[in-house]
Amino acid sequence: MSADRSTALDPLAAPAALSAPVTLPEALAGAEPVESVCTPIRMTYTYTPGRALSRYLRAMADKRILGERCGATGQVFVPPRGVSPLAGAATSEVVELADTGYVESFNITRVPIERRPDLKPPYCSAWIVLDGASVGFLGLVINIAPEEVRIGMRVRAVWKPDEELETSAANILGWEPTGEPDEVITDYERIGRVDASDP
Amino acid sequence: MIDVAVVAFTQRQEAAISGESEVEFMVPLMEQAKASVGLTQSDMGFTCSGSSDFLAGQAFSFVMTIDGTGPVPPISESHVEQDGAWALYEAWVKIQCGGIDTAFVYSYGKSSPGSVRDVLATQMDPYYVCPLWPDSYAIEALAARLMLEGGHVSESRLAEIAARSRASAASNPHAVRSDPKSVADILAEDYAIDPLRPSDLPAEADGGCAVVLATGDRARELCERPAWIRGMDHRGDAHTLGVRDLTSSASARLAAHHAGVAGDKIDLAELYGPFTTSEHLLIEALDLDEDSTAVNPSGGALAAHTMMASGLIRIGEAASRIWRGDGDRAVAHATSGPCLQQNMVCVLEGD
Repeated sequence: MSADRSTALDPLAAPAALSAPVTLPEALAGAEPVESVCTPIRMTYTYTPGRALSRYLRAMADKRILGERCGATGQVFVPPRGVSPLAGAATSEVVELADTGYVESFNITRVPIERRPDLKPPYCSAWIVLDGASVGFLGLVINIAPEEVRIGMRVRAVWKPDEELETSAANILGWEPTGEPDEVITDYERIGRVDASDP
Repeated sequence: MIDVAVVAFTQRQEAAISGESEVEFMVPLMEQAKASVGLTQSDMGFTCSGSSDFLAGQAFSFVMTIDGTGPVPPISESHVEQDGAWALYEAWVKIQCGGIDTAFVYSYGKSSPGSVRDVLATQMDPYYVCPLWPDSYAIEALAARLMLEGGHVSESRLAEIAARSRASAASNPHAVRSDPKSVADILAEDYAIDPLRPSDLPAEADGGCAVVLATGDRARELCERPAWIRGMDHRGDAHTLGVRDLTSSASARLAAHHAGVAGDKIDLAELYGPFTTSEHLLIEALDLDEDSTAVNPSGGALAAHTMMASGLIRIGEAASRIWRGDGDRAVAHATSGPCLQQNMVCVLEGD
C-alpha cells in the first residue's frame, strides 16, 4: 500500500508542464509577457415579445394594463405570458385590470446601481397586486418616504405624460399611495398566490 | 437494462416564427404530444428540456417555457443547454435509475432574432478563437476545403447529398427548403462560402419538438408499435479545431460502435448533418450502405435546421417511421458543436 502511494500522482501537485521553466525562442527573449486579454463580445438581437406581451405593451400606450385569465383555474396573470403555469395550457381570455392595487411586499434599496442614475437611493421596490390580478408584479413606490411604505398599502399607477407614452411598461413611472384604508391581510400564505393544490 | 421506447412526437419548424414567444408556440406542441398517447403532465415521471440562452438572447430563458408544462405543484424536471437529444438521453438515464415509467422531453430554438452563425462563434475557445468571430459556416468551409483537397469527397458527391435532401423534403410538411433541384443545377450555383454552395448549407429555422418516452408494457399500452431504444451513446472530439482531423468524425464512429449500429441491417437513418459535408462524414462514420439504408427520409437538417431541436427531431422522425412500419431498425443521430464536435447515436427498433 505504501509503495503504491509513493508512486501515485499527487492530485494537488501542478502538472510538470506548468511548473517547468519556459525557455522562449531567441526572437521573443525581450518580449513583454501577456498577463491578461480583453475580448469584448457583443451580439445584436431583434427581439419580439410574442402575442401576449405584444398585446400588453400596445395597451400600455393607451394607459391600459392587460392580464390574461387561466381557463382552468380562473386566475389572472399580469404581465401575461400567454400561458398558465398552473394548468400548463394557453390562457383563455384577455382581462383589463385596474391601475390600482396594494403592496404585497417591498424592500428599500440604499445602494446606487451603476447606469441607473434615475434610481436615487433610498428607493422602494414593491411587489404590487393589481385589483383583479392573482399574482403581483414589480414596481417602484413613489411620492412617499420609503420608511412609510407598508404591506397592504393601497397604490395607484403614476403614468408618464400622455405625449410621452409609448408601447412600454416604462410608461408607469411608479405607484403612489391612494390614501384609502390598507388592504387587510390576514392569511399571508394565500395572498396573491396561485392555489398550489393538485389541479 | 429497462426497455424504453419513443411513443409520441410532435414538431414545428418554420423559416421564422416571429409573432409568438417560445412558450406560446411550444404549448400546443407539448399538449399534442402528450394527448396523442392520452397522457397529461401529471402522468410524467420526469420532464427534461433543451434550449439555449445564447439563441434567445436572455438569461434563464428556459424558465418561461417550463410554464407550458404546468409546473405547479412542482414537477421532477431538468434542463440541458444542449440539443433536445441530450435532454432525451438524460431522461433515458433517469428511467434506467428506476421508479418511473414515462418521461416527457422537449426542446426548441429561435435562430431568427439574432445571427445564428455569430451566436455559434461564441461556443469556440473564448481566448484565442472566439474573439476572431469565425462564423459557423466559415469554419465548416475550412473543413470542406480539407476534405475536397485531400480527396475525401467531391463537389458532385456533396451536390448529390443536397439534391437527395431536397427531393426527400418534398414530402415533409415541416421542411423549410424542399424545392427540387438537380445535381447539375446545384453544381451551377455560385459559391456561398467557397467551397460551399447555398445548397450545401442548412436551411435555418425556428421551431421545436416534443417527445414522450415510456417503458416496457406501458409503452405497449400507449403505442401500437413502440420504437424501442436499443442502443444510445454519445462521444466528443476535442474542442480545439487545430488538434482534430476534420476530414472524418472519430467521435461519431465511436458512438455508433457503442450504440450497436453494426449489429444488423439499418432500414433508415436520420442524421443531423447541418452541411452536406457533415452528412457525408456521418454516412462514413456510421458505415451506412446507402443502397439498403434510406438516409434522411425527412430531408434532414439541410431541409430544416432548428438549433437545439434538430437532434431530437431526428429521433422523432426515425421513431415515427418505426411506428408506421416504414422500417424495423433505424438509427438517429444528433450533433453539437463546430464540425460535428459532439455526436450522439441512437438505435431504434420495432417489435
